[in-house]
Amino acid sequence: MTIHADERYEIEALLRTYPTPRAVALDALKIVQQAKKWITDEDIRDVAALLEMTPAELDNLATFYSQIFRRPVGEHVIRLCDSVSCWIMGETGLEERLSHLLGIGPGETTPDRRFTWLPVSCLGVCEQAPAIMIDDDLYTHLNPEDLDVILEKYVQGGVEK
Amino acid sequence: MKRERPLTQHFRSDGQALSLREYEAVGGYQGLRAALRMERHQIIKTIRESTLSGRGGAGFSTGRKWTFIPDEDLHERHVFPHEMVMMIEEPDQWEHALAGFTTGVKWSFMPKGEYITTPTYVVANADEMEPGVFKDRVLMEGNPHQLLEGMIISAHAIGANTAYIFLRWAYKKSARCIEKAIAEARQANYLGEHILGTDFNIEIYLHISAGRYICGEATALLNSLEGRRANPRAKPPHTAAVGLWGRPTNVNNVETLSNVPHILRNGSDWYKGLSYTDEGGTKIYGVSGRVKRPGWWELPMGTIAREIIEEHAGGMADGYHLRGFLPGGASTDFLLTEHLDVRMDVKSVDAIGSRMGCGTMIILDDKTCPVGMVNNVMRFFARESCGWCTPCREGLPWTANVLNAVEAGQGRPEDIDRLRTHARWIGRPDNTFCALAPGAMEPLQSALRYFEDDFREHIHLGRCPWRRKGGPI
Repeated sequence: MTIHADERYEIEALLRTYPTPRAVALDALKIVQQAKKWITDEDIRDVAALLEMTPAELDNLATFYSQIFRRPVGEHVIRLCDSVSCWIMGETGLEERLSHLLGIGPGETTPDRRFTWLPVSCLGVCEQAPAIMIDDDLYTHLNPEDLDVILEKYVQGGVEK
Repeated sequence: MKRERPLTQHFRSDGQALSLREYEAVGGYQGLRAALRMERHQIIKTIRESTLSGRGGAGFSTGRKWTFIPDEDLHERHVFPHEMVMMIEEPDQWEHALAGFTTGVKWSFMPKGEYITTPTYVVANADEMEPGVFKDRVLMEGNPHQLLEGMIISAHAIGANTAYIFLRWAYKKSARCIEKAIAEARQANYLGEHILGTDFNIEIYLHISAGRYICGEATALLNSLEGRRANPRAKPPHTAAVGLWGRPTNVNNVETLSNVPHILRNGSDWYKGLSYTDEGGTKIYGVSGRVKRPGWWELPMGTIAREIIEEHAGGMADGYHLRGFLPGGASTDFLLTEHLDVRMDVKSVDAIGSRMGCGTMIILDDKTCPVGMVNNVMRFFARESCGWCTPCREGLPWTANVLNAVEAGQGRPEDIDRLRTHARWIGRPDNTFCALAPGAMEPLQSALRYFEDDFREHIHLGRCPWRRKGGPI
């Protein structure tokens, strides 16, 4: 069993919220992903067993939803909005700067496994465009050079919030 | 006279959400108290009379939506309300009618009395994920209790005891605000059992999405809540008859539900008086792009587009000129400067060949390439297609590839007609289970109409003419 006891407890507590176990599936995957950053084949097997689903049924969900990761990601996940309002307000400049700073492109992870850059559809802060989200932190009204300072915070061992 | 802005006028200036106590001090939960004293059909009647239309982008009428839940008397005779018969026998007209319904009508579609096949559900659609749209976020961060109160009233009106908020994953702050508000409301017995001493019980659960634009489509949302892929379902049946776990379910947008408490507290005549047109209430309008003050404003329904862009958004940013705008999010047809005097309500924007959608405009300026803009929007829709229907799964990436080639200067003259053909066929509402693909074609078909010269220039020059103008590339 790869799932931690308290993760299991958290998942089982959610079963009361919905009439069927499988409705908890996405929450359960998010709970497991919280600590591990991504969902392994073993996680799929174990969570599926907990929710009376087959591994294939659960993987069918895990591979559909964009915020469930079935492959390893870096320590910090950078989500750069490439939708239309951000694009109009200079998102391509952010892409160039990010690519320069990290030496990777969208969908890639830095060799030191510190950052994964994911392109993302609209973060819903279009009036503050352009925007990125690093882990759970939102940054808006960005100029490309702002990224230098922001990324630095995540390099210096942890984030000040 | 200063106009009322019931949804946002009591927002705190520091951007924090109103607490329960602060909300109660400005009339919060009085709408619920009024509703609990009313018969259910009276609540739905009030919402119908208010002419509140759905704020989720399709313009559906809320009161009418609530009446979709099968009716007691009609059930005794084993027939559905006539709207339902119409849904089943004449799906085309039904689709057309959907665009004009008020929220009260939607509510009246729900089953009533002993014919409620319990449990019945209320779902708040908070999966706001269309590019350019951010109004629901504003409401959830500013006053989450207003949404909860609207949901509780809706649940009472249609006889539901369980409600879910389906929230998009990116709205971290909204999630914190809603969780706190639910805890406060439970403490004060607005949630739980025997609400305010009545026999009405209601629980609200927050479900945070795992991502995908398609989750905002009502039936895909329900599949997602059930722990399935967010593929849309065939309609009919309407979710009011067969929704969450096969039960009658009312799905309403966050802004729609946030209007409900105010209507119950102040009456439908007051509500209609807030509007400039025959579509009642106020509307959260928004503007993004190269204007001086991008943002949102609660204004009378039917406020003129020019006023929103030139006064509230402060006009174009220095050095930029307005070329056009998507009036209601990425899935609406372009409008031009000649359309600036349109009233921003469902009927008026429809009449000039676009849609009000969510009322959140995206501005096309003269330094931004219209082909690039359409290409960006098309890549979004292609990425977010759920893959269920072939025209969407295959057609959107194909269209995006053609647009990509044109933008990169590798287009051929015949590509313009090719794009028109795609826009026509993929744009047909009866070829797919949901409106994602037809919506994706709206900015394209209108760009081909209004900006054809720009497409031709790309093809003729063999490059994007904007690449030297300092705009996005």
